[in-house]
Amino acid sequence: MSASGPRLQPTIFELSKPGRGGGKVPHPPSDALDRIPPEQRREKPPGLPELAEPEVVRHFVNLSQLNHAVDTGFYPLGSCTMKWNPKVNEWAARLPGFAGLHPLAPDSTAQGTLQLLWELEQILLRITGMDAVTLQPAAGAHGELTGILMIRAYHEARGDMARTEVLVPDSAHGTNPATATMAGLRTVSLLHEHDGGVNVEAFRRALGPQTAAIMITNPSTLGIFETEIGELLEAVHEAGALAYMDGANLNAILGRFKPGEAGFDVMHINTHKTFSTPHGGGGPGAGPVAVNDRLAPYLPAPRVLREADGTFRLERPGERPTSIGRMRSFVGSTGVLVRAYAYLRTHGASGLAEITDDAVLAANYLKHRLAESGAFDIPFEGVCKHEFIASASTLKKRTGVRTLDIAKRLLDHGFHAPTVYFPLTVDEAMLIEPTETESLETLDAFADALIAIAREAETEPEIVKTAPHTAPVRRLDEAGAARNPNLRWRPAVGDWTPCPD
Amino acid sequence: MAYGPHTPADRQRMLAALGMRSVDELFADIPAGLRAGALELDPPEPEQALMARLERLAGRNQAGLASFLGAGAYRHFAPPLVDQILLRGEWYTAYTPYQPEVSQGTLQSIYEYESLLAELLGLDVVSASHYDGAAAPAEAALMACRATRRERVLVSRGLHPHYREVLRTYFHGAGLAVEELPLVTDGPSAGTTDLAALERLLGDPDRPVAGVLLAQPSFYGLLEPMAEASRLVHAAGALFVAVVEPVSLGVLAPPGAYGADIAAGEGQALGIAPQYGGPYLGILACTEPLVRQVPGRLVGMTTDLDGRRAYVMTLQAREQHIRREKAASNICTNQTLLALAASVWLAALGPHGLRDVAALGASRAVELERALAAVGAPRLHPGPYLNEFAVRVPEAPRVHRALLERGVLAGLVLEEAVPDEPGVRDALLVCATEVTTSDEIDAFASALGEVLGARTPAAVGSAR
Amino acid sequence: MVPSDLRYTKDHEWVRLDGDTATVGVTQYAADQLGDVVFVDQPEVGRTVEQFAAFGVVESVKAVSDLYAPVSGEVAEVNPELAVKPELVNSDPYGAGWMIKVKVADPSQFEGLLDPGAYEQLVSEG
Repeated sequence: MSASGPRLQPTIFELSKPGRGGGKVPHPPSDALDRIPPEQRREKPPGLPELAEPEVVRHFVNLSQLNHAVDTGFYPLGSCTMKWNPKVNEWAARLPGFAGLHPLAPDSTAQGTLQLLWELEQILLRITGMDAVTLQPAAGAHGELTGILMIRAYHEARGDMARTEVLVPDSAHGTNPATATMAGLRTVSLLHEHDGGVNVEAFRRALGPQTAAIMITNPSTLGIFETEIGELLEAVHEAGALAYMDGANLNAILGRFKPGEAGFDVMHINTHKTFSTPHGGGGPGAGPVAVNDRLAPYLPAPRVLREADGTFRLERPGERPTSIGRMRSFVGSTGVLVRAYAYLRTHGASGLAEITDDAVLAANYLKHRLAESGAFDIPFEGVCKHEFIASASTLKKRTGVRTLDIAKRLLDHGFHAPTVYFPLTVDEAMLIEPTETESLETLDAFADALIAIAREAETEPEIVKTAPHTAPVRRLDEAGAARNPNLRWRPAVGDWTPCPD
Repeated sequence: MAYGPHTPADRQRMLAALGMRSVDELFADIPAGLRAGALELDPPEPEQALMARLERLAGRNQAGLASFLGAGAYRHFAPPLVDQILLRGEWYTAYTPYQPEVSQGTLQSIYEYESLLAELLGLDVVSASHYDGAAAPAEAALMACRATRRERVLVSRGLHPHYREVLRTYFHGAGLAVEELPLVTDGPSAGTTDLAALERLLGDPDRPVAGVLLAQPSFYGLLEPMAEASRLVHAAGALFVAVVEPVSLGVLAPPGAYGADIAAGEGQALGIAPQYGGPYLGILACTEPLVRQVPGRLVGMTTDLDGRRAYVMTLQAREQHIRREKAASNICTNQTLLALAASVWLAALGPHGLRDVAALGASRAVELERALAAVGAPRLHPGPYLNEFAVRVPEAPRVHRALLERGVLAGLVLEEAVPDEPGVRDALLVCATEVTTSDEIDAFASALGEVLGARTPAAVGSAR
Repeated sequence: MVPSDLRYTKDHEWVRLDGDTATVGVTQYAADQLGDVVFVDQPEVGRTVEQFAAFGVVESVKAVSDLYAPVSGEVAEVNPELAVKPELVNSDPYGAGWMIKVKVADPSQFEGLLDPGAYEQLVSEG
């Protein structure tokens, strides 16, 4: 926050004044559009705002200051891995040789980037224990769709057309069932065990000749390692199905567990989580997908290939007919992948292992502090991985203060809230992920804040229920926003400056 | 670890609190048979060495050629203010605005993006962003199927080949049908979508069409008969999807003006660097009646408890985290930071700046057309274009390589990019924008003249 | 306490029978569970609905739920008020927040539904 405190901003349209700004681009000759048939032309200019550079910059700088971000404070948003975003990565992606390269540039002019992508693939293979990887998917969910489409193609290639079901545990991310639907498959959601883990027996009963795949997040969305994963994977393969691992929680297992070695057939990696390419306020991310040999023929095109002479090239259109095809335009979100590469090189083998060790240590320490305080329910005892669940279920029964209220009150303490009400299988859930880049002082301060809020809920519940009190705005009318959606500003029409020519 | 704050004493304190001696005890729950061996990777690289490595790699690319390559990714002038805004950590180190009270910056910026694009497109509902120019039309086509409860879409072969391929991948997965509309082979409309074929394919009563996708301008740079296509499509009860290039909308009629129900496209041209393919900005917009079919985040204006204007993600019941297997799409992480780039770029240029960018590109393209024609490379198609067009060049792959050796990236070799398209052999797809200089055009024309063995302008001069 | 003149489903719809016309809505319990209702997706008039099959969708800010028909029949009327005031489902679920009226095909289906006592027990068991 700036010294003067956050300032709410009018919309950029309200800052506009006819005749202001311009001059960033030279005027074209007056006959520039003579060849465009009149019926194809725009009748009047779009109602974009007219602003000079100082107004534009101040508007967006002031807006930025209304955000909580990793750069401004602790952001323990479970399942999102809001770790530090190294600044050298931003520098790297902006190197003119990387940033200025056209996506259809001939291979001979793109050797630096192609080499980087190829090396990145090799690093990801060693981390995942898989055999091949595509860097194409633009996000985790996009990677999920890529993986499930490859599984479909695998079954189809074997003439095994009856496999139409995807089994997911009920604690899964919503993207898993939504992905199955997009891939033309039916989701079967299976109840969890009392300890929160996958119910292997339930899976065994549901598996059959109709099963295309299972989708498992490991560690689970509860932050728990699925200890029976070996038995489960065996049962899956025995049934002729394949196993997809949602890699959202890869930060917990670097150097400790390699999904490919354990028997998973395919997984995605969220580079914006584990490998710290930033989250961008919602994106961009990237969702590389790693597979074993069974699925390699179906990888999206084009792949990056290394020739015998040490040069690199992209696959040509139609070169690998078994491919499921393209998942997006061009080769991938290369700018994101450059950042991931820089991050992986910076850390190397020992640094990556340390990431996981420190992330898991921090989560267990924080969990321990909360458990010790007795302020919240800790539904799953024992060690967690990089994140854990706390719940306000008991607190709510006693005080009426809900998880939502606690989340809002945390904002007053200068912290972002954890992920709340997810997974859906736990009442009044808070999913807390501290990551490896937060100091012990921060972890303690966060634990102290949560414990203080629980106490406040007993003594002055109204303060908690009406929080936040110091954020730029108070709680919002979300019902009104949905009942009468206002999804765009309507500029006053008719007062735009005529074009200079 | 490079960015970790823990001292050995910190770690000891945490372990001691847990009653543990080693961090290994925290991984005892992983069954012995499943524990991984050590990572076989290089040791950590100090920042300085890493920077040198990255500079070397970046230096191996040739990003500074005189380039006439467009084909879905365009060079444009981005005022430095755009990237300086993007480099603020408050934007790029935040995530999806799940806690709106401390995310008003991101939320308002998305609302402004939705509003700016609504102006540009002439459509009222603009999704917060999709992955890219290929994923957005695929989502648009799926939307058309949901909205009409029909299972077949038609796509013009004038769409970018990558977009058509992604559409096929998505539709095969969903068990829906895609058919391609051929291009007119000769006459004044050569290269544009064949409307007679469209009418024929729309007319099959047993296989009703959900939606039809046309690109404006087309992959070949041509202006398509969007208004006429829109009429035909609506007469068949289908939805019309316009795949557009946003900078062109500074001068071309917007999708809303010719009755498009959905617009989709690639937003890279709005101030985003080429970056060898991404991250880019998928644009997806629709008319108001389709609002509950649109996938991805939407931000709306509302008020807080004190009645102050504020912004929030809305209509979330469409989305995967609530509707799960019945969601409109599985999209979660999107391209918010690129939407911000587009907003800042549009705000910096303003309505007239945008028009100037589009018109100057058109003007440069005319200059390019004349220069190439003068050395024996005339246009392939006769119809109007904006700033990209195909030229006839014998032995295009060989000529393209020869020009590259002379420092000219002579656009795209069409027979390599669209091998299945009849009529584009021996042709290059070239484009010009406001950053194309006359010097570059001269260099291209004279090198091409040399390679084609034609008399170059210099040779003409010396022969006098 | 739930109204005593209605019958209920285990999916928390209520139904009132007047002659051969059944009026259908969701219970106060369902409305409370959903939170602020923001949208009701209603069927077209004239469509046939099957007992216990989905006939529509109700959305709140952060939840969504299918609506199941307590009885089979033809949709005779949908509540036009809900298109502009979906909050009626929260404020008056058994009255102005009704959703559809169905021309009942088989009135005996009504008798097979939960009576008020059975429904209250269902809700109290959570």
